[in-house]
Amino acid sequence: MQSSTKKKLAYARTLDFKTGRVEMAHGSGGRAMAQLIDQLFMAAFDNDFLRRMNDQASFISPGGRMVMATDSHVVTPLFFPGGDIGCLSVHGTVNDVVMSGAKPLYLSAGFILEEGFPLADLKRIVESMANAAQAVPVPVITGDTKVVEQGSGDGVFITTTGVGLVPENVYISSECAKPGDSILISGTIGDHGIAVMLARDDFSFQSSLESDTASLHELVADMVNTVPGIHVLRDPTRGGVAAALNEIAQQSETGMMLYEERIPVKPQVSAACEFLGFDPMYVANEGKLIAICAPEDTDKLLDSMRAHPLGRNAAVIGEVIADSHCFVQMKTRFGGTHVVDWLSGDQLPRIC
Amino acid sequence: MKYIEAFRDGRLARKIAALIAREADSNRQYYLMEFCGGHTHAISRYGIADLLPDRIHMIHGPGCPVCVLPMGRLENAIQLAQMPGVVLCTYGDMLRIPTAKGNSLLKIKAQGADIRMVYSSTEALNIAQQNPQKTIVFLAIGFETTTPATAVVIKQAQALGLSNFTVFCNHVLTPSAISHILQSPEIRQLGLVQLDGFIGPAHVSTVIGSRPYEYFAEEFQKPVVIAGFEPLDVMQAILMLIRQLNTGRAEVENEFTRAVLPQGNIKAKRLVAEVFELRPSFEWRGLGHVPYSALRIKSCFADFDAEQRFEIPALSLADHKACECGAILRGVKHPRDCKIFGTACTPDNPVGSCMVSSEGACAAYFRYGRFRDSQNQQTTAQH
Repeated sequence: MQSSTKKKLAYARTLDFKTGRVEMAHGSGGRAMAQLIDQLFMAAFDNDFLRRMNDQASFISPGGRMVMATDSHVVTPLFFPGGDIGCLSVHGTVNDVVMSGAKPLYLSAGFILEEGFPLADLKRIVESMANAAQAVPVPVITGDTKVVEQGSGDGVFITTTGVGLVPENVYISSECAKPGDSILISGTIGDHGIAVMLARDDFSFQSSLESDTASLHELVADMVNTVPGIHVLRDPTRGGVAAALNEIAQQSETGMMLYEERIPVKPQVSAACEFLGFDPMYVANEGKLIAICAPEDTDKLLDSMRAHPLGRNAAVIGEVIADSHCFVQMKTRFGGTHVVDWLSGDQLPRIC
Repeated sequence: MKYIEAFRDGRLARKIAALIAREADSNRQYYLMEFCGGHTHAISRYGIADLLPDRIHMIHGPGCPVCVLPMGRLENAIQLAQMPGVVLCTYGDMLRIPTAKGNSLLKIKAQGADIRMVYSSTEALNIAQQNPQKTIVFLAIGFETTTPATAVVIKQAQALGLSNFTVFCNHVLTPSAISHILQSPEIRQLGLVQLDGFIGPAHVSTVIGSRPYEYFAEEFQKPVVIAGFEPLDVMQAILMLIRQLNTGRAEVENEFTRAVLPQGNIKAKRLVAEVFELRPSFEWRGLGHVPYSALRIKSCFADFDAEQRFEIPALSLADHKACECGAILRGVKHPRDCKIFGTACTPDNPVGSCMVSSEGACAAYFRYGRFRDSQNQQTTAQH
């Protein structure tokens, strides 16, 4: 690749991406840092903005309503079935941007690296990130790298920020749910959280389950094209569908009624939840969205979601109801009703 | 999953609900206690109360292992975890239980104590093997269900000569707790609490069998139906209790025949008897000191007994004075009778242990039951 039009710095030796490790010098502003930026980050993210090597990226405002979102990514393990922290850090922020109906335009990336972290792993992560950004496409136009001493980090932390442009006549926001609206989900819930949990060494059982991590920009673009008047979009990441719906219910000052039998859950996820004492409603997703729309738009929106590969298991899972308590309730498959409350602290397994 | 889904079938539930509605005598009230937190959870999670006629009242019993651990023992565990070189291992929701001063294992973990959540006693043993320079304290809690697993690791530690592994034993016994509730003055003498029958424990009974309940079915004339933790199990057990009560029977019946034998799990019981012995008395949160209701590690395994290896003072600490957990655990009060329920005491900032575990009566009511009451209030207001 064409990394720079300027004269290249003379490095003592090239970075050892096989056995090398992150050193404090890679974050100290000297030649080692310049080399890491040039040979790793520039090589992976190469674009006109980065090539100018300024402290900032400059771009012309496209005009219109813009949105901005930021997300810090920490995950153990860094590599998990279906993805890694690199692609996750792109998907997470792209999804936050597009939940406004926006087209993602630019990303920034900040890395906090732990001294001693293998450069081979870092390269894998950065390349996965670059591929994910390329696939959208959304360029990473500015970035930062810091190195912390061994023991002060967990390998790699990545913070990404994204900006996007919202099409005219689209206003999607969490306070827009109205009683009577339909609640849709784009696919099976809990895949990411359970896949990551099973990838940790704590459990000795195996599964073919993969994280659902994915950028939802195309799916959202299709949905907004079909129904520009979507009321709410939300990606149910941490805290799962339960947390996302409780937030929307609070912000819209409504209640919600869900139907357990309509909520898509993979059998592996149900089984793992059963075993570990978790509820899939509280488990994280990284490639799913919740949509809320007027009842008359429901069928159109559902069809447009199902037409996209990332929405083929989409389902209408409930409706918005009037409720001054802002309770999210669920009609159980069993015939009773219960409140799907906010999560208190971490989801901890029950003993009995 | 098929095996599980079969016990959550809505159509069957409606059939049983119709039978319950038909057979429950409309001229009387039925007060049934589900002893176990697992049943409380199922009742709340699946909305079983919605399927029952108003004359059937479910009372949440004290069968939540983290709820009944007294403050003093929790304070002991916190002190152990703060000792230099100690790694304290315990099961999930134990971490959040607050002391009267608002401290908890999670909080002292944040202050630097090495506390690890484990899924099994074996994990704690593995941690001991991997960290020979550390002393591992396994905070063992639970009813008869978890006791055999603790016995296994103590025996393994002895076989391996693992001198850095210890157990802080808090295992308690179900039958003595049920007897204690039935002997309480509120029930026996004053008649303040009506209690007509019990849904007997599921997992506990897989270990101890159905026979231990025969004593109080006969002595106290209360029917017991042992039931699994799935919602259909609970529905079926309620129907069986109503049939017993309607015909004046007080027997031990087993709904959970797919897992519970009259004699229980003989191997597990033998293992427990080998490693543990009865404590003459043990404090339960809410029930006070209950004779012969808990186990301690036998002296031949003293090397692995945290109580014998470390100085652990016997602390008897009072609960937070506004907390009604004690009365709630005895079935004397309902969570909504507690002044601080849902105000000062919520799942995010629990004051009492019943608000911590999702099996706890208060947490279950906060999470799943409040809506029912607020809906009832709205309906009443409309009339």
